[in-house]
Amino acid sequence: MDLDTLFNCLTSSACLVTQTTSGFIIGMLLFLVAVGLTLIFGVLKVVNFSHGAFYMFGAYFAMSAYQASGSFIVALLAGSLGTAIIGLVFERVFMSRVYGNDVLMQLLVCYAFVLIFDDSVRIIWGPEFKSMGMPTAFQVPPLFIGGGVVPPFYLLLIAVALAVAAILGLGLARTRLGKVIRAAAHNPAMVSSLGINTGLIYGGVFALGGLLAGLAGALAAPVRSLTPGMGFSVLIESFIVTVIGGMGSILGALIGALLIGLIRAFGSLGFPLFTDGLMYLFMVIVLVVRPTGLFGRDVA
Amino acid sequence: MTELRADSTTDVVSETRAAAPSRPRRSTDWVIALVVFAVLATLPQLTSSKYLLDFVIRCAAFGLFATSLNLLVGYTGMISFGHGMFFGLGAYGFGLIMQRTGMPIPLAMLCTLLLTAVVAAGIGAICVRLKEIYFAFVTLAFQMLIHSLILSWVPLTGGDQGLRGGIPRPTFLGIDLANHTHLYMLSCALLVLGLLLMRQIAQSPFGYTLRMIRDNATRASFIGIDVWRARLTIFVLAALFASLGGIVMALFVSGAYPEFAYWTISGEGIFINMLGGVTTFLGPMVGTVVLLLLNDTVTRLTEHYGLVLGIVILFFAIGLRKGLMDFVVEWIAARRDNKKGPTT
Repeated sequence: MDLDTLFNCLTSSACLVTQTTSGFIIGMLLFLVAVGLTLIFGVLKVVNFSHGAFYMFGAYFAMSAYQASGSFIVALLAGSLGTAIIGLVFERVFMSRVYGNDVLMQLLVCYAFVLIFDDSVRIIWGPEFKSMGMPTAFQVPPLFIGGGVVPPFYLLLIAVALAVAAILGLGLARTRLGKVIRAAAHNPAMVSSLGINTGLIYGGVFALGGLLAGLAGALAAPVRSLTPGMGFSVLIESFIVTVIGGMGSILGALIGALLIGLIRAFGSLGFPLFTDGLMYLFMVIVLVVRPTGLFGRDVA
Repeated sequence: MTELRADSTTDVVSETRAAAPSRPRRSTDWVIALVVFAVLATLPQLTSSKYLLDFVIRCAAFGLFATSLNLLVGYTGMISFGHGMFFGLGAYGFGLIMQRTGMPIPLAMLCTLLLTAVVAAGIGAICVRLKEIYFAFVTLAFQMLIHSLILSWVPLTGGDQGLRGGIPRPTFLGIDLANHTHLYMLSCALLVLGLLLMRQIAQSPFGYTLRMIRDNATRASFIGIDVWRARLTIFVLAALFASLGGIVMALFVSGAYPEFAYWTISGEGIFINMLGGVTTFLGPMVGTVVLLLLNDTVTRLTEHYGLVLGIVILFFAIGLRKGLMDFVVEWIAARRDNKKGPTT
C-alpha cells in the first residue's frame, strides 16, 4: 500500500490530469470491448467467453495491415472488419448450433475457441511479444493540460469511443434497425413470425460485437504490447464492466468502463500490487448492493 | 400421437425402474468403496511405475475437486466459476498451517477445512442469492479477489513465487508422508472417503432437495423449502471437498502456487464435468482421468496444446452434446429398451 503517493497525486493537478487521462484510455478501450459483449448478451442471451480473442485478433490484424500498408486508417479498417467477419462466421457456423442448449454448452464452445484462437495466433504471428509502434501521424509532441501530459493519440481514442457510444445509443433507440434488434432481444419468436430473419440479426449482432472488439484491439495496438494471450485480461475486465453496468445496458457499459478505468489508474498508485483486487472488490460491492448491476434490469 | 404416448409410458416405467433400487444401493456404496480402495492399494505392489502412482494422486486431487463442483453444477444447477478458490484455499491454508505451526497433519487438515467452511459461508451468503449468470460472475470475482490477495500479500503467501521451501510432513499414526507409497495410500484413502461422503450427500433426501431446486426453484420454495439455506449449505459442503482436493495437491507438490487459485482451475473443473458428464455421480471422476491423460499425451506429442484440446472440447460440445458417462448411460438405456421393445 502506498497511500502517500495516492494522496500526493490527488493534490497535484499535473498528476491528476495524467492519471485521469490514463483512466479514460483504459475505460474507453474497455467500453468498446464491453459494449459488444453486452449487445451480444442482450440480444442473443449468450455470454461470449471468446470476446477477448476478438480484441486480440483486432490488434494483430491492425499490426499486420499497418506493417503492410503504412496507413493507420487501413490498420483500423483491417482490425475491425477482419474481426467482424470472424465474429459472423463463428456465430453462424458454431454458436448457432448451441442456442437453447445448456449455458454450459455455450460456454464450452467459447472456451474451446479461446484455446484455438490463442494457439492460432501463436502459430501465425509467433509466441513472443510484438509491438506495432505509434503511427507516424501521431508522433508529435504531447499536449500539456494543467501540467499533465496528454498524448494526442489518447484524444483520438477517447473521441472514437465516445462517437461509437453515441452512434450505438442513438441507433438502437431511434432507427428502424435498432428497433428490430431490440424487439428480437425481447421476443425473438414474435419477430421471426413477423417475417424478419432472426438468424441474420443474430449473425449481424455478433459481427457488430466483433467489429467493436476488433476496433478496440486496433486502437490499442499502438499503445499496448501484443501477445497471444492478451485477450484474456481484457475479457475479464470487460465482464466486470458489463456486470457492474448491468448486462445488456449500453449506458451501463460506458459508466462501468469509466469507473473501472479510473479505479485502475488511481489504484495503481495507492495499491500497486492490489489493483486487480480493487476492481473485483468493487464488482462484489456493486453486486451485493444491486444484484443486477447499476443499470441492469432483471434479465434472468 | 400414439407414438408419443407410447414413448412417455416407457419413460415413466424406466424412471421408476431406475429410481426403485437407489435405496438399497446406499449400503453397496460402502462395499464398492472398499473394493476400489483395495484395488488402488495393491497397485504399488503390482507396478513400480512412479508415473502411474503420481497420476493416481493427481487424479485424487482433481477428482475430489471436480466431483465437488458437480454437487453445485450438476445437482443444484449452480454454475460456479469460482470453485477453484476453495482448491487454492485448501492448498494454501494447509501449507501455511504446516509451515508456520508444525501441527500434526490430521489436525492441520481439520483446521484447513474449518477455515474453508468459514470463508465459504461468508462468500456463499453473498453469492447464492444471485441468479444464474450473476452467480457465475460474482463467484469468478471472488476467485480473482482471492487470487489477487495471494499475489499481493507477499509476506504471508510468497506472492507469485508461491509457498516454497516445502511443506513439513511429520509422521503421524505410523504414516510417513515423505514415503511416496504412504503419500499415495493417503491420497487414495482421502479420495475414496471423499467420494463416498459426497455420494451419501447426493443420495440423501437433501440431495433430492437440491435436484428439485435445480429443476424448479420457485416450486421448491412454494412447498416450504428454504432455497437460500439449501444452496448455501451445498455451497459450503462442496467447498470443503474442493479444499480437501487442494490439500492432497499441496501434499503432492509440497507447496502451493497462485495458479491453484486462478480462474483456469475453475474452468478446467467445469470442463472436466462436461467431459465426463454431469448426470452420473462418477461422471466427473471419469472426466478427470480422461482430461489428465489427454493433458499428458497432448503436451508430449505437440506444442499446439490449445489447438488440440480446443478441437476435442468442440467435439464434445457440438458433436456429442453431452459428457462421456451421460452418453454411455443413455446408450445402455437405449439398448435395453430396444431389446425389451419387441417383446412387450
